[in-house]
Amino acid sequence: MNPDASTIAAGAPIEVDLSPVAEGQDIKVFWRGKPIYISHRTKKQIDEARAVNVASLPDPQTDEARVKSGHEQWLVVIGICTHLGCIPIAHEGNYDGFFCPCHGSQYDSSGRIRQGPAPANLPVPPYQFVSDTKIQIG
Amino acid sequence: MSGPSDYQPSNPALQWIERRLPILGLMHSSFVVYPTPRNLNYWWTFGAILSFMLGMQILTGVILAMHYTPHADLAFKSVELLVRDVNYGWLLRNMHACGASMFFFAVYVHMLRGLYYGSYKEPREVLWILGVIIYLLMMATGFMGYVLPWGQMSFWGATVITNLFSAIPYVGESIVTLLWGGYSVGNPTLNRFFSLHYLLPFLIAGVVVLHVWALHVAGQNNPDGVEPKTEKDTVPFTPHATIKDGFGVACFLLLYAWFIFYMPNYLGDADNYIPANPGVTPPHIVPEWYYLPFYAILRSIPNKLAGVIGMFSAIIILCFLPWLDAAKTKSSKYRPLAKQFFWIFVAVCILLGYLGAQPPEGIYVIAGRVLTVCYFAYFLIVLPLLARIEKPRPVPNSISEAILAKSGKAVASVAIALVAAGALFLGSLQDARASEGSDKPPGNKWSFAGPFGKYDRGALQRGLKVYKEVCSNCHGLSYVAFRNLAEAGGPGYSVAQAAAFASDYKIKDGPNDAGDMFERAGRPADYFPSPFPNEQAARAANGGAAPPDLSLITKARSYGRGFPMFIFDFFTQYQEQGPDYVSAVLQGFEDKVPEGVTIPEGSYYNKYFPGHAIKMPKPLSDGQVTYDDGSPTTIAQYSKDVTTFLMWTAEPHMEARKRMGFQVFIFLIIFAGLMYFTKKKVWADSH
Repeated sequence: MNPDASTIAAGAPIEVDLSPVAEGQDIKVFWRGKPIYISHRTKKQIDEARAVNVASLPDPQTDEARVKSGHEQWLVVIGICTHLGCIPIAHEGNYDGFFCPCHGSQYDSSGRIRQGPAPANLPVPPYQFVSDTKIQIG
Repeated sequence: MSGPSDYQPSNPALQWIERRLPILGLMHSSFVVYPTPRNLNYWWTFGAILSFMLGMQILTGVILAMHYTPHADLAFKSVELLVRDVNYGWLLRNMHACGASMFFFAVYVHMLRGLYYGSYKEPREVLWILGVIIYLLMMATGFMGYVLPWGQMSFWGATVITNLFSAIPYVGESIVTLLWGGYSVGNPTLNRFFSLHYLLPFLIAGVVVLHVWALHVAGQNNPDGVEPKTEKDTVPFTPHATIKDGFGVACFLLLYAWFIFYMPNYLGDADNYIPANPGVTPPHIVPEWYYLPFYAILRSIPNKLAGVIGMFSAIIILCFLPWLDAAKTKSSKYRPLAKQFFWIFVAVCILLGYLGAQPPEGIYVIAGRVLTVCYFAYFLIVLPLLARIEKPRPVPNSISEAILAKSGKAVASVAIALVAAGALFLGSLQDARASEGSDKPPGNKWSFAGPFGKYDRGALQRGLKVYKEVCSNCHGLSYVAFRNLAEAGGPGYSVAQAAAFASDYKIKDGPNDAGDMFERAGRPADYFPSPFPNEQAARAANGGAAPPDLSLITKARSYGRGFPMFIFDFFTQYQEQGPDYVSAVLQGFEDKVPEGVTIPEGSYYNKYFPGHAIKMPKPLSDGQVTYDDGSPTTIAQYSKDVTTFLMWTAEPHMEARKRMGFQVFIFLIIFAGLMYFTKKKVWADSH
């Protein structure tokens, strides 16, 4: 009952052009049926994400470990709440990040869990920069 | 099933069969001469009611499966078309959907009856555990069935519930992938759920056979909890129990029919009339009512894994009940303390169910934690402790003695019912006061409300005109065909008028012989064309918010009625939240934005829209559409007409449903009366 060949094939890597995404904006693309949030973070959001005491987080992870160096303004996360799989809403909640409407989990501007029942940070999908304005997810 | 039968059929053909397969003897000893305790009350008829409901669900389900398409792109539409186009499809669907709720309602009564009268105690442990297995299978079946219509709640319910398994350490993620058959809930998930939803009811039927077998070996428990000793303590199953069960089923059918014909969407969720969308989570995900207590337990535990364990152990703990409660006295009738704690436990379950439907914030979370502790404490502390410290009242020596000593015990339960009703009423007064001044849509007088409601033909025709001239510029009506305009219970057009109406539209058809798509005039069989070719185009043309299709809008929108209004709604048959909301939004535009509310660029202030910022500009203004019949051309009248029309598009067979409901009720009341008097006659010598 595992995924069949066509489902696996359809889950091949995709390329996303980032040039139309302005600062402070974010887009949602679908990969393997999952929504992927790509946020063009503002300076304020980056600073907020880096100012946090990492050890105080429920799932400690630095912001540096969650973005590609040299492309700090881009946050790419799978937009599925780690609690029970709802889709969090971007630019909501108390941490300038994501807010899940189902059970009230809140993520910061690095997609890290800050408050609520979710146990882990929003996962970062495998991706790399093909050029400065293009990423390949998968 | 109590030893070899000495039954001998008189017909030689039956004798021939009986010598080779003693099935008639089995039936005879199990359901005819089988001795059943004389003192059983009506709570014992729920076994028969449940068997009846299982048969009903399988029968309606098999027919529904003949018309259903288990594909992510087609499932929602196939269910909608089933309701509209299949002969009595609306009836089948209502019977199946409400049937699930009734099935669970009956099983809860059945389980609580077992709990109250100690039916799980020696020698009925295996019987009880088989019952818990049936209940677990029912939950799985009910959940997968709810996924099949592929609405928003189906999809997100499936996502939340399958994600529960991801809490299991190490293997959780692989189990979830296995359930999904992909990387997320999608078409493979729907396919396997359909397959399993068809399979599990037959497994249930198999375990029910074991359950009945175990019952007939151990014998039925009874309200006094003393085993039958002499023949005087029992009566033969037929006719005594069969006729009593028949009367019980007839009464239960009255409740069932109330839902089928008058309140089909009362127990459902309006969001499930919106097709599944993997990109949008509904603001408030709620499972079906029968899972709510367990959902509340899940949510009240802040750790994910612990929450899942807590939820499942709330059910599994029932399996250990025979050993947790070691009290010798079976029936709570003779256990003064156990009786009180039982009713507290019932209240805890109902309150947990209420909390499961509330948003997980503030006081609800704290209350949920307290009640979760109470739930488990009942099984793990109260019952083991009571077995040691409680001093039960003496039980009668035999069932016949118990019957002779019977007196007016009913007084107590009537008093409890009156107190409960009084509390509800007082609560309602407070709630009515609290809701004053809020932005709930005002109620309207709808011609289609109530048990004899009918659509106002004039309003339908005027509403169609408003839709055609105003709404259809942005909103589709894709489940409605032109032929529907000429159908009984609709706007009352003739077939020729519907055809003429259709021919005004240009419909895209093709490809033709040259392989090109072409446009032609509409035919009665065509559906209303949508203004945009796809959702993305609709979104792009409307500032990012796609105008929803209006076919089902009056059923897909609702607003919370709150406690205790939703209880009164059951009796008053109020179910017009959707029309009230739609009509209120159409009239709720205000130019002056109240202080403290900021409306983003490109949005408009609407008093009744959730969040108040609506992307739709004010659609109607006085005098915009001309009416031929002299009705006032005001916004209020337009809203009323177009909402009536949209109620009809959402439920074109409503008049047939209510008409048949009346006939069914007349029949059922007479039938139940006849059953009652037959039962009285049969039992005349036995009480």
